Amino acid sequence: MSGGGAWRIGLAILAHVLVIAAWHFFVVWGEVPTYVMPTPWDTLQALVAGDYPWWSNIRVTAIEIYGGYALAVVLGVAAALVFTWSRLLEAAVMPVLITFNMIPKVALGPLFIVWFSYGVVPNALIAFSIAFFPIVLTTARGLREVEPDLLDLVRSLRGSRWQIFVKIQLPGALPYIFSGMKVAAILAVAGAIVGEFLGSDSGLGYLMLQVQVTLDTAAMFMAVALISLLGVLLYGLVVVLERIFVVRDARVT
Amino acid sequence: MGEPFIRLAGVRKVYRTRGKEFLAVSEVTFDVEQGELVTMVGPSGCGKSTILKILAGLHPHEAGEVRIGNAGQPFDPGRDIGMVFQQALLLKWRRIIDNVLLPAEILGLPRQAARARARDLLAMVGLAGFEDKYPYELSGGMQQRAAIARSLIHDPKLILMDEPFGALDALTREKMNIELLRIWRESGKTILFVTHGIAEAVFLGTQTIVLTAGPARMADHIRIDLPHPRTLDMKTSPAFGEYSRRLYHLLGME
Repeated sequence: MSGGGAWRIGLAILAHVLVIAAWHFFVVWGEVPTYVMPTPWDTLQALVAGDYPWWSNIRVTAIEIYGGYALAVVLGVAAALVFTWSRLLEAAVMPVLITFNMIPKVALGPLFIVWFSYGVVPNALIAFSIAFFPIVLTTARGLREVEPDLLDLVRSLRGSRWQIFVKIQLPGALPYIFSGMKVAAILAVAGAIVGEFLGSDSGLGYLMLQVQVTLDTAAMFMAVALISLLGVLLYGLVVVLERIFVVRDARVT
Repeated sequence: MGEPFIRLAGVRKVYRTRGKEFLAVSEVTFDVEQGELVTMVGPSGCGKSTILKILAGLHPHEAGEVRIGNAGQPFDPGRDIGMVFQQALLLKWRRIIDNVLLPAEILGLPRQAARARARDLLAMVGLAGFEDKYPYELSGGMQQRAAIARSLIHDPKLILMDEPFGALDALTREKMNIELLRIWRESGKTILFVTHGIAEAVFLGTQTIVLTAGPARMADHIRIDLPHPRTLDMKTSPAFGEYSRRLYHLLGME
């Protein structure tokens, strides 16, 4: 990253600070009641004021998001790999997957609760089911995108399927895998929280419902901020990995 | 003289898709001596690329004789072919030197020796100092130079080039023609070069194969007896003009 990069980061931080300042003055000057909208400072205070078990709930939500997401990445990439090795399987299974993708995954929440009771497992599964499809679809597409002439070049040297796969297909698909992983990161967060809303006894989404009853809006704001933070951390990790593994020009934006 | 390095006699290829037959190329008969640079010219759909694919062993031919190699130059179809395409087709995620090494990896050639050879080849094609760059850092002409180096890394006896300079601008193309002739002289390889350009076909070729479309067939082959090394001045010579005229005539374009 060059000097221009540092300048951009500085500007981005400044913009965030300005938004928070605008929020603060909107509440203060507008004399907005705290139960409608707390100030940024009130929100931060919620971490200590209400004596809520933040840490344990953060852990639960983090496990749901990251667990469901990790499963989606592993199984999603694996499914796409299987498809490239068997045309027949792809032709048979892919249409079914696309149909399944049409199902609003949150609608499965009540079913998952019936099947797995409520708690971490069904919520992670909702996160998984919503994050899985974009990863399969983008990875399968990336693996298919091989220049026919390049295949000819390898075949003229009697290169094996395996060599084509390892040297050309898989590295060529990496940018697509990462672009699917970025979309999936955002979806996994939404999936886990919706799961907690539907039925659970812990997690930041559960905590939100608890504090809603007492109109502790500052704590609700804090919960939203923490959920977002979990998402940002995941997204950031994916972007960092992409920067490490994918050459700039090959990235799919 | 003995047997030529390549002999094609009465070669014909038909593609079949959904029960329909499509004549890709026919009546292909020509010989190539070891170390020649043979150009193939013709309109789209005349079967130029098909001939390259038959020679590369990627497509079986329908009828006729295809023979590569002779007593002095035995030919191993699995490792004696180098290919260059219209697009450089460098792997975006590999540095230039690692792109050049791709065929060596596929053939499992000794690493150290291949790396040293890749450096020499990059120097030969004018890319010394660009070994560790990524493809996106190179211009189109430079990428194509790297692709040529890649086609030479495993020291193949025959290089097949399918409109390698077709995607370059006119000036870069002229420059690459001169460069190719130099690389050809220095490497001593046999090259088959497909092009759409009549001037390019005459300028580069020791002989030119002329193909026509509808029906796809070989019309003729012409030996280009211009002296070597060729210079850009020759393009304005009467002899060059005469060869070009003959090609236009054979392609029915007067």
